[in-house]
Amino acid sequence: MLTVLLAIGILVLLSLIFGAILGYANVRFHVEGDPIVDQIDALLPQTQCGQCGHPGCRPYAEAIANGEAINHCPPGGQATIQALADLLDVEAIPLDGDHGTETAKRVAVIREDECIGCTKCIQACPVDAILGAAKQMHTVIADECTGCDLCVEPCPVDCIDMVEVGVTAKTWSWDKPQGIAATSINIIATDRQAEAVH
Amino acid sequence: MPTVNMQTANIFSFHGGIHPPENKTQSLQLPLGRPSLPNELILPLGQHIGQSSRPLVKVGDKVLKGETIAINNGFLSSFLHAPTSGTITAIEERLIAHPSGLSDLCIILTPDGSDTWTKLEPLSHWQDISKTDVLAYLSEMGIIGMGGAGFPTQVKLQGAYKNPLTHFIINAAECEPYITADDMLIREKTLELVLGIEILQHLVQADHVVIGIEDNKPTAIAALRTVLNKRKSKIQVAVVPTKYPSGGEKQLIQLLTGKEVPSGQYPADIGILCQNVGTCVAVHDAITLGKPLISRFTTLTGDALKNPQNVEVLLGTPVAHLLDYAESEPKKLSRLIMGGPMMGYTLDSAAVPIVKTSNCILAASKKELPPPAPEQACIRCGMCEQACPASLLPQQLLWFSKSQEFEKAEHHNLFDCIECGACSYVCPSSIPLVQYYRHTKSSIREAREATVKSDLAKQRFEARKARQDAEAAEKEAKRLARQKATPSKTTDEKKSAPAKAAPTAAAAPATTDESKKLKVDIAIGKSKLKKLEKQLLEAQENEHVEDINSLQLQVTDQEKAIALLEEQLAQMPSATPAAPAVNTAKASTAPVNDELKKAKVDVALIGVKLKKLQKQLIETPDDQELKDKINAFETDLKAAQDTVSRLSATTESHTAASEPKAAASDELKKLKIDAAIAKAAVKKVEKALKKAEEINAPEIEAIRQQLKEAQQRADDLEKALANPEAASQNAEAQTKKADAAPNNVDADAAKKRKIDLAIAKAGIKKAEKNIQLLQEQGKDEAEINASEWPSKLKEAQEKLAALEAEESAPATAVSAPVEKTADTVAQSEVKAEPEMDLATQIKKEKIAVALAKAQINKLNKRLESTPEDADSINQEINATQQRLQRAEALLEKLIHSQTNMQENR
Repeated sequence: MLTVLLAIGILVLLSLIFGAILGYANVRFHVEGDPIVDQIDALLPQTQCGQCGHPGCRPYAEAIANGEAINHCPPGGQATIQALADLLDVEAIPLDGDHGTETAKRVAVIREDECIGCTKCIQACPVDAILGAAKQMHTVIADECTGCDLCVEPCPVDCIDMVEVGVTAKTWSWDKPQGIAATSINIIATDRQAEAVH
Repeated sequence: MPTVNMQTANIFSFHGGIHPPENKTQSLQLPLGRPSLPNELILPLGQHIGQSSRPLVKVGDKVLKGETIAINNGFLSSFLHAPTSGTITAIEERLIAHPSGLSDLCIILTPDGSDTWTKLEPLSHWQDISKTDVLAYLSEMGIIGMGGAGFPTQVKLQGAYKNPLTHFIINAAECEPYITADDMLIREKTLELVLGIEILQHLVQADHVVIGIEDNKPTAIAALRTVLNKRKSKIQVAVVPTKYPSGGEKQLIQLLTGKEVPSGQYPADIGILCQNVGTCVAVHDAITLGKPLISRFTTLTGDALKNPQNVEVLLGTPVAHLLDYAESEPKKLSRLIMGGPMMGYTLDSAAVPIVKTSNCILAASKKELPPPAPEQACIRCGMCEQACPASLLPQQLLWFSKSQEFEKAEHHNLFDCIECGACSYVCPSSIPLVQYYRHTKSSIREAREATVKSDLAKQRFEARKARQDAEAAEKEAKRLARQKATPSKTTDEKKSAPAKAAPTAAAAPATTDESKKLKVDIAIGKSKLKKLEKQLLEAQENEHVEDINSLQLQVTDQEKAIALLEEQLAQMPSATPAAPAVNTAKASTAPVNDELKKAKVDVALIGVKLKKLQKQLIETPDDQELKDKINAFETDLKAAQDTVSRLSATTESHTAASEPKAAASDELKKLKIDAAIAKAAVKKVEKALKKAEEINAPEIEAIRQQLKEAQQRADDLEKALANPEAASQNAEAQTKKADAAPNNVDADAAKKRKIDLAIAKAGIKKAEKNIQLLQEQGKDEAEINASEWPSKLKEAQEKLAALEAEESAPATAVSAPVEKTADTVAQSEVKAEPEMDLATQIKKEKIAVALAKAQINKLNKRLESTPEDADSINQEINATQQRLQRAEALLEKLIHSQTNMQENR
């Protein structure tokens, strides 16, 4: 009887100790906010274009964390979808065409002699990449432009073009090899036989 | 020691490596060739690693040989010089020697054929001048690493200063098949090479200098040894066995020192510097001859050339010109390669120019370099691992590259791959491994750049959001402040209305509560005002014009709100004494009389409130709430008036008994009413004056006159009021002597004093307000002092002090403890009030002083920067200093009066 009581007593004591440790750890190492949102946000392209239907990349990251589909980001394209799929351990799905199609990287360019200086594009730009003042010509800081398209719509004189960023010798990258030849290579006798069957 | 150079350096080994056919003899059959001048020289601005150079010439400029035509663009950049004399015919995009086959900006130079050198300025005393200057000179001479990467030499040398150097290695290995340019260079320019090495040795102060050379260049080795022996040099020649890629920087270091450069580090980090022989010769030419880097040794080889040979070629010479010179056979030519067969890249066009890093043009026939066999599946033979000189796992890297697992690829040190091509060379499945690695590397780099860019975009987006939020919050705060200025009055009334309507003694605490609330409001408003003023001050200091305007607007708004509140508060005390009056009346033996008084007070109060509400209604005619309230008050007023008439009817008989008192009180009342009317008139005129001053109306003077008259009348009435009050007091005392409690006299006296106190307080406030108003209008202290307000303020303050002193004496005499406490409460409030005002005024003055000081500072600064305006600025400074002095004097005075007041208390 004493043994049983002793065992129960020890277990109670242990549970109290561990409970206290866990409770302390919960308070001491409390994480503010949702870290998964930060991780998702880091993968998104930060164009802040709103094509996903959210006002910026972080809101979409929050939406993904709450279960929204990961294929609503056209600027990120398939690469972002893949990265999100890896992070969230879900299947990579093709880009949802309703939110736009994946395009080559573009930047906004203002046809400066047509600009009337209305500042509407400046207000629309989510990253403050347009420079100008009221009744002064505006221009886009190409290095800061994320190519989000948001400035095109508000322009009353349609003087903003989205121009594809061309590849220069500095930004060029090597192509991926085509991989194992698609056409059958006749190396050994059975290859030839297989071809004959077809 | 003549044999010092004969000592053989220790030769170590590196992992892997291959032994492809050397094919070096073809290009060594003929002596060094010097091709003729081409029709045009194409000089790309980006021949080196780092930022492209900036053109220094315009189209049409005539340049001499060796003249600088483009300068560096940042730290990691280089200069560019005209390889011959001629005219700049264009600065445009041309095809460049790049694996992408893309175009880039080039300076096009059409030679005039005379090949005239510009004036050469050698750096003859390079031993005596500082090393930094020598490095800068090398940069200006356009010296970059000639081994292949094109890293600006001065940057590499600077990097070598990080750690003390143990080894300075001269790379003469030239391990790649076909290429013999360095071999030929050593043979042709042995002395120049050794001299160049000595210059570099002086610059980097290395302990050991070793020339690493492959054993397939016996002629070059012999030439080197001869020269070194002759010069009794300590430079060692280390002959390494022929093995590809022993010419790789890291591999050669491992061969000669046995040390491995750690992953992600540079040789300089382990105290080793490596330079190509071509660079050493270029350094020599630059420093001792003053010749910039305008030509180089290039191997022209391949089966498609009839005369394969090495040439010393001017930079910018089109490859086509060299092919012609070496008599290429277009029929045989299947692939044109820049660089060697292992690490070179195919050229799409022969129009591309030779640049500083072009060491070989390989015009290969189909037989010589057959098209790559089709890729097949990896059979996991592991030969690539055996061949890899960087000890990597090519197979694993291939998997990761194919499946785009960039993180894992990086984890397997993909970036340590030197892209030597040994793995591809040995692969039995003909997998273009290097191409996979190159693709993966550039993908990773792109991803890194994208991350940097997206981080920047995020940062900018968040900054923008924060800014917008702040703007919205500011707007909201402004809106609230504006809203608060108007409805605070109505809410106050709302609260006070029921308290007043209740015909009980609770009216007294209610009014004190209300006045307290008002005071709190005023205090809050004032602190806000102070904050705004501070902001305004800051804005003025920082010269934010837009901010100043909006802040000034806010400040005036706030001041108006405070003025309004103060006005309300000023009206309060007139109600406060009424409350004790009710109390005292209650204490008397005539309850009906008491009730009548109460009712009358109610009527008066309701009337006042009604009037105020009506005024508000005029200002905001659509306010339904206000209208409702007015209606309620009107009914209240009627009810109160009814009670008054009813009560007065019933008290008629009672009053007959106390005739004299009633008569006296009647007269008193009349006088009081007159005084109130006069005061109201004064207030009205003041308001008009304020408005007029605000809009700078021309009638200001007339209104001021009116004000004076009105004040005179009010003062007269007040005096008259004080006298009959005294008379009535006597009468009251007489009539009440018989039956009334002695307390009553004291109570009446207390009441009177309270009224006086209130009047004095109102006077102080008025004076302060006016002074403040004057200050607001930016009038000088002198003007303010000249006006009657400061003196009035003093008078009023003195009067208040006297009254307070007077009051404290009889108040203590009064035995009723309840009244005593009530008195002391009222007293302390009355006292606290002017003190607070004084404090704010002092603060204001302090701000004015600070402002003036800041302005003086600013003016002084301006004086320094623009001495031509000295006169006007000096004048301004003087004026500001005067203002400062005045403000300081006033401040002192104010502080003095504050201490006085504290003492009085």
